[in-house]
Amino acid sequence: MSGAALETRALCKSFGALTVAHAIDFQLAPGARHALIGPNGAGKTSFVNLVSGALAPSTGQILLGGHDVTRLSQAQRVKRGLARTFQINQLFRALTVLENVTLAVSERHGVAGDFFRPAGKRRAVIEEAHALLERLGIAGEALRPVRELAYGRQRLVEIAVALGLDPKVLLLDEPAAGVPSGETGTIIDIIERLGPEIALLIIEHDMELVFRLARRITVLVQGAILVEGTPQEIAADPRVREVYLGERAHP
Amino acid sequence: MTQGRDTGATALFARRHRLRLAELLPWLLAVAVYFVFPDYLALGAQVLATVLFGLSVDLVLGYAGIVTLGHAAFYGVGAYTAGYLAAHGVGAPAVGLLAAIAMAGLAGFLSGLVILRTQGLSILMLTLVVCVMLQEAANKLTSITGGADGLQGMDVSPVLGIFDFDLYGKTAYCYALVVLFFGWAVARIIVHSSFGRSLTGIRENVARMHAIGSPVFFRLVTIYTISAAMAGAAGALIAQTTQLVALNSLSIELSGTILVMVILGGVGRLYGAFIGVPLYMIAQDRFSEIDPTDWYFWIGLLLVLVVAFGRGGVLGLVDALARRLGRGRR
Amino acid sequence: MDTAVSAAISIAFHGTAFAMVLYLVSVGLSVTMGLMGFVNLAHGVFAVAGGYFMTTLMGQFGVPFALAVPGAMIAVAALAVPLERFLYRPLYGADELDQVLMTMGLVFMSVAIGKYFWGPTAQPFFPPPALSGQLDFGTRSFPAYRSFLIGSGAVLVTLLWLGLERTRFGAQIRAAVDNRRMAQSVGINTARLFTVAFAFGSALAALGGALGADILAIDPGYALEHLVYFLIVVSVGGLGTIRGPFVAAMLLGISDTAFKYLLPEFGAFFIYALTMAVLLWKPRGLFGQA
Repeated sequence: MSGAALETRALCKSFGALTVAHAIDFQLAPGARHALIGPNGAGKTSFVNLVSGALAPSTGQILLGGHDVTRLSQAQRVKRGLARTFQINQLFRALTVLENVTLAVSERHGVAGDFFRPAGKRRAVIEEAHALLERLGIAGEALRPVRELAYGRQRLVEIAVALGLDPKVLLLDEPAAGVPSGETGTIIDIIERLGPEIALLIIEHDMELVFRLARRITVLVQGAILVEGTPQEIAADPRVREVYLGERAHP
Repeated sequence: MTQGRDTGATALFARRHRLRLAELLPWLLAVAVYFVFPDYLALGAQVLATVLFGLSVDLVLGYAGIVTLGHAAFYGVGAYTAGYLAAHGVGAPAVGLLAAIAMAGLAGFLSGLVILRTQGLSILMLTLVVCVMLQEAANKLTSITGGADGLQGMDVSPVLGIFDFDLYGKTAYCYALVVLFFGWAVARIIVHSSFGRSLTGIRENVARMHAIGSPVFFRLVTIYTISAAMAGAAGALIAQTTQLVALNSLSIELSGTILVMVILGGVGRLYGAFIGVPLYMIAQDRFSEIDPTDWYFWIGLLLVLVVAFGRGGVLGLVDALARRLGRGRR
Repeated sequence: MDTAVSAAISIAFHGTAFAMVLYLVSVGLSVTMGLMGFVNLAHGVFAVAGGYFMTTLMGQFGVPFALAVPGAMIAVAALAVPLERFLYRPLYGADELDQVLMTMGLVFMSVAIGKYFWGPTAQPFFPPPALSGQLDFGTRSFPAYRSFLIGSGAVLVTLLWLGLERTRFGAQIRAAVDNRRMAQSVGINTARLFTVAFAFGSALAALGGALGADILAIDPGYALEHLVYFLIVVSVGGLGTIRGPFVAAMLLGISDTAFKYLLPEFGAFFIYALTMAVLLWKPRGLFGQA
């Protein structure tokens, strides 16, 4: 029984000839601030999908808090403390910001399947959702439909929904993606303020964000882990530079 | 400290389930009709029963987002159950109604288990196939259903042993009204509950629902079963008040028509059926002076136009108007 | 023993003829549904329109069969183009419900129009003398017209397959079915492609409706009556393929004929049950893309 909050063992996934995950052995420590980086097409989002349960692995194991969850559905993994955000916002666009987060909170409270009491009467759920909105600075837009918000603000709602699940493991898939550069600061602030009880795995391209937030970095290339270490080690590693330089256009 | 704003949000959220004055309107109208149009109560009973059917469709379509072209399957199961019992000595309407609800609910549960695992076109196809399959079964099981000739020999007893089904349709109307009221109450409670909100979530973004830990399949099967039971109740009502059950209660035409009626009124707003069904049925009744096929032309054209110009239905128009008036005032 | 074999041959023959009609009508639907991702419940309208045009040309204007059929196809294709442009195209990518409602509206209208212009009963169909009567194959004889149906069906399947595999147009369709955005970025004019594919698919449906008038009678309720069977062929076969609907049509045509002959007291019940089983096993159809 490992002490890792999240672990994968020899995780593999192929679509016919295409392999997106190649024997990935990964560990996320409790309270970690861990980033997963790699060039485009490295399989980072596939990894998140595998871990969250949106994608079934070909072989390998996934463990959450030491328990094998490989056969469990997405929803079941959420119940065990896993939450994720999507690279492109997946929100309930016609519903208000408050309703979006309330849906997540009420699932967590286990009352979302209840027929009888009106949703509006669940004070505890609504107040908790509202408190979360305040924490993220979006309480002012609580009653506006999500689709009316600027994309950057919607991204905050996306994070709020995941936080509403009170996760022990939080997977953030490119939290700054699509956000105007002036607003990434807000997102970084929020992530920095997350408590130590959450083990955080961030997929990101934005290196500034990565080096600011991560205490540990894993580099994924073509579905396999290239190297893993502290930010200093990764920045100094010649293999990493090669992988990224090979991608950048010549000056 | 945060109490002020917090209460505001909660209060606004909470207000939705409180009964508004406008919601009493349909019931007042229904009662008024009883006194003002005593010659039309037989038609009125049919309208009320069909509203219940429409309500059941709205639950799966407007709230859970399941596009079904085969809901008449459950309506028909309810109708044939009630009819069969009445034709075989069990004439008490309450018994027939409960049996119909149980059978239709069972049919909904079983087909839901099977169908709701898939998405999109598959679900549409499968709802069609289930409906057509049941119709074919009813067509061939002549000894039980009467086949193409319809169920014969129904003998429905007085409601609660007291109220005889009279020629003017007074009993039928009141009976249908009471059943509709219960159906509406059930639907309203469900829609405003946390369960109902989660259905809206499933409709809006099912991927997100999975990602927040929602047992989507289970919820869908649940609402599908409840809706099927409600449709069955509607079928039983029609069977008992008209003492007729024929194969068209299991037809795709009926499935399509009830869809149109709900769309006309507005989907996903609980009251779409209350507006769309009477509009459609009364218009059709007036139109029946003219050749019945022309009616299908106009309904077809209406559908095409409704889709072209936005399908919020009557309630959608009302909403849009209210918004425009509200803006004008400011 | 002899009668069993005889019955089997009969079922195979008539089942195949039925399958050909189903295939001709449905193949266009499979391609357009796979191409545009559009739930088109009104496809049968083009088939019955083809039937009506052909029987009117032959019956009222004395046009010979060999000209009436292509004439009907051209008329229907001409009808399909504005319909695609003004009714279908705005709904590409729209809610499934919108597509269902719009096409359902077209079906309802077609029922009314058919009855209004041609009356409620089925149009009489008289195959040309060259294709009437029986064909002798030694010990057995088969209806000549149905033999013609099977023959032309086979020829058309081959032509379609060749067309899809060997022509540039076919390659464009296959590309667009596979990945619409990629196809656009490679410079394929998807809007025009869709219109042409739609017109072509409708013309094929018209061909199926016209030729198949012997098996599926041309009456106002056609588009609604046979909707389920067309959809079964397409969903069991798999969207966006030529081969899929062929296999599905053969399965459906032959088993339908077999069941109705051998187990008439069950009618089409088993067909529907089998369809459900197949769709549950392979939700995208037997040959659908994953």
